[in-house]
Amino acid sequence: MHHTLVALVEDKPGVLNRVASLFRRRVFNIESLSVGRTDVAGVSRMTLVVDGDEVSVDRVTAYLYKLVNVLQVEDLREVPAVARDLALVKVTVAGHDRAQLLRVVDETRAHIVDSGEQTMTLEITGEPPHVDAVISRLEPLGIVEMVRTGQVAMRRGDTTLSATQYT
Amino acid sequence: MATQRTGAQIIWECLVHEGVTTVFGYPGGAILPAYDAMLDYPVRHVLVRHEQGASHMADGYARAGGGVGVAIATSGPGATNLVTGIATAMMDSVPMVFITGQVPSKLIGYDAFQETDITGITLPITKHSYLVTRVEDIMPAMKEAFHLAKSGRPGPVLVDITKDAQQATHEWEWDPSPVKLRGYRPKASVSPSEMLKAIDLLKASKRPLILAGQGVLQSGATAELRQFAERIDAPVAMTLLGLGGFPASHPLHIGMMGMHGESWVNHAIQEADLLIACGMRFDDRVTGNLKTYAQNAKKIHIEIDPSEVNKNVRADAAIVADLREALRDLVTGMEPFAHEAWLNYIASMKGTSAVHDIQQLPDNGHLYAPHVINDIWRITEGKAVVVTDVGQHQMWEAQYYHHELPRTLITSGGLGTMGFGLPAAIGAKLARPDAEVWAVVGDGGFQMTQAELSTAAQEGVKVNIAVINNGYLGMVRQWQEFFYDRRYAATPLRSPDFVKIAEAHGLLGLRVEKRPDLHDVVQRARQAEGTVLIDFRVEQEDSVYPMVPAGADLDAMIRRPRQHSVLVETGADPL
Repeated sequence: MHHTLVALVEDKPGVLNRVASLFRRRVFNIESLSVGRTDVAGVSRMTLVVDGDEVSVDRVTAYLYKLVNVLQVEDLREVPAVARDLALVKVTVAGHDRAQLLRVVDETRAHIVDSGEQTMTLEITGEPPHVDAVISRLEPLGIVEMVRTGQVAMRRGDTTLSATQYT
Repeated sequence: MATQRTGAQIIWECLVHEGVTTVFGYPGGAILPAYDAMLDYPVRHVLVRHEQGASHMADGYARAGGGVGVAIATSGPGATNLVTGIATAMMDSVPMVFITGQVPSKLIGYDAFQETDITGITLPITKHSYLVTRVEDIMPAMKEAFHLAKSGRPGPVLVDITKDAQQATHEWEWDPSPVKLRGYRPKASVSPSEMLKAIDLLKASKRPLILAGQGVLQSGATAELRQFAERIDAPVAMTLLGLGGFPASHPLHIGMMGMHGESWVNHAIQEADLLIACGMRFDDRVTGNLKTYAQNAKKIHIEIDPSEVNKNVRADAAIVADLREALRDLVTGMEPFAHEAWLNYIASMKGTSAVHDIQQLPDNGHLYAPHVINDIWRITEGKAVVVTDVGQHQMWEAQYYHHELPRTLITSGGLGTMGFGLPAAIGAKLARPDAEVWAVVGDGGFQMTQAELSTAAQEGVKVNIAVINNGYLGMVRQWQEFFYDRRYAATPLRSPDFVKIAEAHGLLGLRVEKRPDLHDVVQRARQAEGTVLIDFRVEQEDSVYPMVPAGADLDAMIRRPRQHSVLVETGADPL
């Protein structure tokens, strides 16, 4: 089962290495990991999608808390959350119906962000299953290159996992 | 008042402010500025023969004295030689600060001479680490390192300091304010609901059993544990690292658990209806097969590290707290219980075969390691600080030297580091100069760090070294005997003449080949000045019994075969 963990961490050298090393050391698989800044200087936010049962996710959480640079960890399965993933997909346009591709783009709310003679580059943003679905529709048309950012997620509603408490 | 200080001076200023009086180390290029500054500070430096020796000495110093152990090395090979000692300290939660020199900051990443990424190498075996490249960052790193090393679940912290940071000067003054780390929570507060659950479990239990681990020593909870055990009238079983946390002579003390634990202890664990785990982590050497471990028992787990709770064994009540405080809270307002039937049952399992003192048991004229250790226990009146290496002698020590007081057994449990014994004993003696310190080591492990004899001689440190010399890597040989059809691959061991080795270091070397000689030789060693080595030529193919094979059920123990036995009636091995 996939769990989405959000970790607020101190923005210090080696923190990403410490987190990655923990997963390697304890033999947990990371499905995706994205790191970025928060609204608070010096605090970064990691979104980790991990594969495991409740017990192993509890263990990961406990181990994350043992890292001195980890400020707070939340398992987003426990609260309603909004999650987004972004993919850039370069699709070949040579040798098939360009209109078919444009129809997929139109129906799936993908954006054309670049267009060449042989290829077209699409941006797909949405819940990870949505991104999966669009990609599977594009596959028959000929994907030549793809990148996904990995999931980022946040609680729904007015409650927050805010970094401002760590200013 | 702020004054100009070099980074090197700030290192020592910090050590002095942290109360450090003794450090263990080995100089080299990248740490030379620090060594140069050292001469101006009131800190004793013990020059080792190999950095691994420094790491184990500082470890033994910390475990014996209860403070923080400090080891210093240069960059590159100096730092990598510390790695075994860092891992040893990590596995056994020993408060230590390791200081390493690093190549100048401009050279980091350029494969400079003696450059190694020691913070990277030690990432999974340190509680935390620092790479310091600026002089102004030295004091915060040092203060945090000491705070982290000794608070919460203790552990080793590495501070890697570049040579240019040591050489740079800085307007400096000591900052006495307490360390604040926003992401570090060394102590959780006791959850009242878990506490109530625990009390209900205690009330409902007919066959409770306390499992006492090293947390008892580290939280200073020996008095509280005793009060708790007496209040709930429960037997107390010890982990290897917990030995000494509860007096061996106490009527509720039933002995060591686990792979080489007493048979009745392992049976009692399997038959208990409640385990109260106090500062222990259900290591695989303690539980055997987890699927069949203590299936009849509910578990109360009192543990300071939340990541240990529900890791190996699911807790019915999890009290994440300092053990001493938790036991105090538990005892408060608790009516005394009585578990006479349960205690009598365990006593009946021990039967008449459990012998506390094996002095009178016959030995066919051979010298047996259990006899050696038991005799040393009797001669030292159980008051020595015993530091072991790793292997058979270590288990025999745990079985036949009965520890009454905390911090009187120092041993590498989690990592099982051969070579630990001698250097850790030197460190222990320096931490407790008034204590009688024995290093009980095997002929294999002793040779791994034998060079530290030279350190003992140079420093004028007195430790008594008992080499339990059976001409084999004994524990491995035992596994080969039991599980590999007696194919003794690479375990027969030819050693040098240890008496001459001692003498070559200017130390007294003695030998015991027959038990009647033992008493006088041990007394001579105790009375002699300086370190003494005794070469005990013991029975070569003796094994440690009982034994739970790795991964087997805890009560599926291999017992001593009667026909081979001269020690059948020993405390550890009733038939």
